[in-house]
Amino acid sequence: MSLAYFPGCTLSTKASGYDASGRAVAQALGMPLAELPEWQCCGATFPLSTDNSMSLIAPTRILTQGQKAGGHVTTLCAICFHVLRRSQNFLGEHPEMLERINWFTEEPYQGTTRVSHFLELLRDDLSWDALASRVTRPLAGLKVAPYYGCLLLRPKDEIGLDDPDHPTILHDCMTALGAEVVDFPYASECCGSYLAVSKPDLPEKLSKEIVASARRNGAQAIVTACPLCQYNLDHPQKLIASGDTVPVLYFTQLIAVALGLEEAVWGMEKHYVDPRPLLSDKSSVISHQ
Amino acid sequence: MIKRALIIGAGIAGIQASLDIANSGYEVVLVEKEPSIGGHMAQLSETFPTLDCSQCIMTPRTVEVGHHENIKLYTYSELDSVARDSNGDFTARIRRRAAYVDWDVCTGCGACVEKCPFKVESLFERGIGPRKVVYTLSPQAVPNKPVIDADNCRYLQSKWDIEAGRLPAVDAKGNPAKPKCGACAKFCPTGAILWDQQDQIFEEKVGAVIVATGFDLFPQSRLPEYGGGKLPDVVDGLAFERLLAASGPTAGKVRRPSDGMEPKEVVFVQCSGSRDPERGVPYCSKICCMYTAKQAILYKHRVHDGQAYVFYIDVRAGGKGYEEFLNRAMEEDSVMYLRGKVSRLFQDGDKIMVKGADTLSNRTVEIAADMVVLATAVLPRATNRQVAEMLGLAIDDNDFYTANDEELEPMVTAVPGVFMAGTALGPKDIPETVAQASGAAAKVLSLFQRGKNS
Repeated sequence: MSLAYFPGCTLSTKASGYDASGRAVAQALGMPLAELPEWQCCGATFPLSTDNSMSLIAPTRILTQGQKAGGHVTTLCAICFHVLRRSQNFLGEHPEMLERINWFTEEPYQGTTRVSHFLELLRDDLSWDALASRVTRPLAGLKVAPYYGCLLLRPKDEIGLDDPDHPTILHDCMTALGAEVVDFPYASECCGSYLAVSKPDLPEKLSKEIVASARRNGAQAIVTACPLCQYNLDHPQKLIASGDTVPVLYFTQLIAVALGLEEAVWGMEKHYVDPRPLLSDKSSVISHQ
Repeated sequence: MIKRALIIGAGIAGIQASLDIANSGYEVVLVEKEPSIGGHMAQLSETFPTLDCSQCIMTPRTVEVGHHENIKLYTYSELDSVARDSNGDFTARIRRRAAYVDWDVCTGCGACVEKCPFKVESLFERGIGPRKVVYTLSPQAVPNKPVIDADNCRYLQSKWDIEAGRLPAVDAKGNPAKPKCGACAKFCPTGAILWDQQDQIFEEKVGAVIVATGFDLFPQSRLPEYGGGKLPDVVDGLAFERLLAASGPTAGKVRRPSDGMEPKEVVFVQCSGSRDPERGVPYCSKICCMYTAKQAILYKHRVHDGQAYVFYIDVRAGGKGYEEFLNRAMEEDSVMYLRGKVSRLFQDGDKIMVKGADTLSNRTVEIAADMVVLATAVLPRATNRQVAEMLGLAIDDNDFYTANDEELEPMVTAVPGVFMAGTALGPKDIPETVAQASGAAAKVLSLFQRGKNS
């Protein structure tokens, strides 16, 4: 059974490696992603202004496409997930707003589409045990620090994916792959998010702290489920001497490695800190190559 | 009408009300659930704004209660039920929990406590110090009689296991199995340990009741952004009192719980749970601004080269000498006040990272602290609903008791003959609590006087 998949803009451009590895992993796990036939940007921020009908139109249109595709839409991007799930919640609680938006859209939205992050489906629909049983090359000896950021988890009451103060979902995923999970205190701090565009020095400062803390705690790699987190943690490291860098990976990329998928689908070409030397250092991965 | 009063709770409110009534010549029945009287005030190091030693100013009162001919004291006891007869008198059923010590025989010598080989975390010390399994709350305890904590007692547990067949009834040599330990009984010079003691029920008839059951503290587990109680060097205000107290586990030396290091950077976080309608409680806990200033001053007096920081929303120092006290903290003891909330606390190496905002300079602040003290909210007792139901009292939205006329008769309940005082009604500091307790005592006394004339 395929899953209706909304890639979002970032996964079609900067984060194409997340998209490629995600699709390959989903295929390998028997839950292939079927891209929505015609999609546009989700809006990238959940509207918080009082008169927000305009900015809800874009996410509602995606929810409507999900409705046509079987009533369920899956994302990999934490930001798209955040916007879609909060829009879905908001429309459920405000039928008058749903009615108003339906005046503007080509097709009416019924208000019932389920929004999932792919990570959540691995936990709830597949289960970590099932994932672990598909691992052919465990990431044994790889010390990886899960980094959650904020949009994947907060606000807790609306997103409900995991406990934002003590999240475990990426930990559990990495454990299923056989990796050694490293806890570090900045795991759910903000990376600076969109300020990377308007005020790049701020995310660079935050990123430095986050990466340094992960390093101090012994991490060889950082894993995330958000393209903006990946960019904000990875990009500033291009100026750091190579011995002091920590590669920042998407969870789908590490699953792809652990499932033994070929390197062509790992999608690591665009990373500023290339994770491949580290991964090929690991004996389990060497034996594959 | 029976001219005797029942007072529920022997914190400073219950103690003050008991003494006022007893010294007027009427009998008082004073019920306290802990093994000794004094309540939270017995846990404090020093009081604001005078910096008096809390134990020292309270001990004359606790001793007077202990010796008073008109006060009948039931410690380690709780109210089972209260019934009212047609004369308006109350019959209270009081349950004294089994202490496994015969207090009539015990001399309070402390040999049992000294010889007991087992230590557990002490609730009185707020988890930063141990106590023995047979214990008194403090060396100044009134009454100075120990109790045995059955849940952690090796002898009682093994005795009950043998009796219930969970342990074999005979030992390896075929003799009847004996319970383990029993050190306290071996060393007690008067044979006061009573392994078969049961809860005892007492009935007392009274004509008036004062509810003075006090408060609880907001648990750190409800503050996940501040570590949820999992970071050892993040403590609440009451635990910090124990660190400052000369009678506390560190004898008044400030040492952080994780490794015993003297903390050089201490951050105090006011309004931890208070004034937070969404995640905590909506009300102001009233005492925290002042006790935080006091703790910061006392910390500076103990650790001269240390730095104290206080995060606050605004500082509420309405009271005689309070504003001056606060200025003293800022000016004489260089406590750094930062106006803003703390968003997160987390462990990084051996430091507690404090992330917050300073809204006066409009900047985010990050402090690598050695220790953090949370001024957690004052909560109503979890048992307030139960007691309210037993006595027919009204409680407010937050579960504090509430008066019919909150402005003019704050200590008078809707039930004739039942009065109340102290933090059972809402957050209060010591002077206010004592004033209200004397007020409640006056209400009882005027009721008894009216009874005399009719």
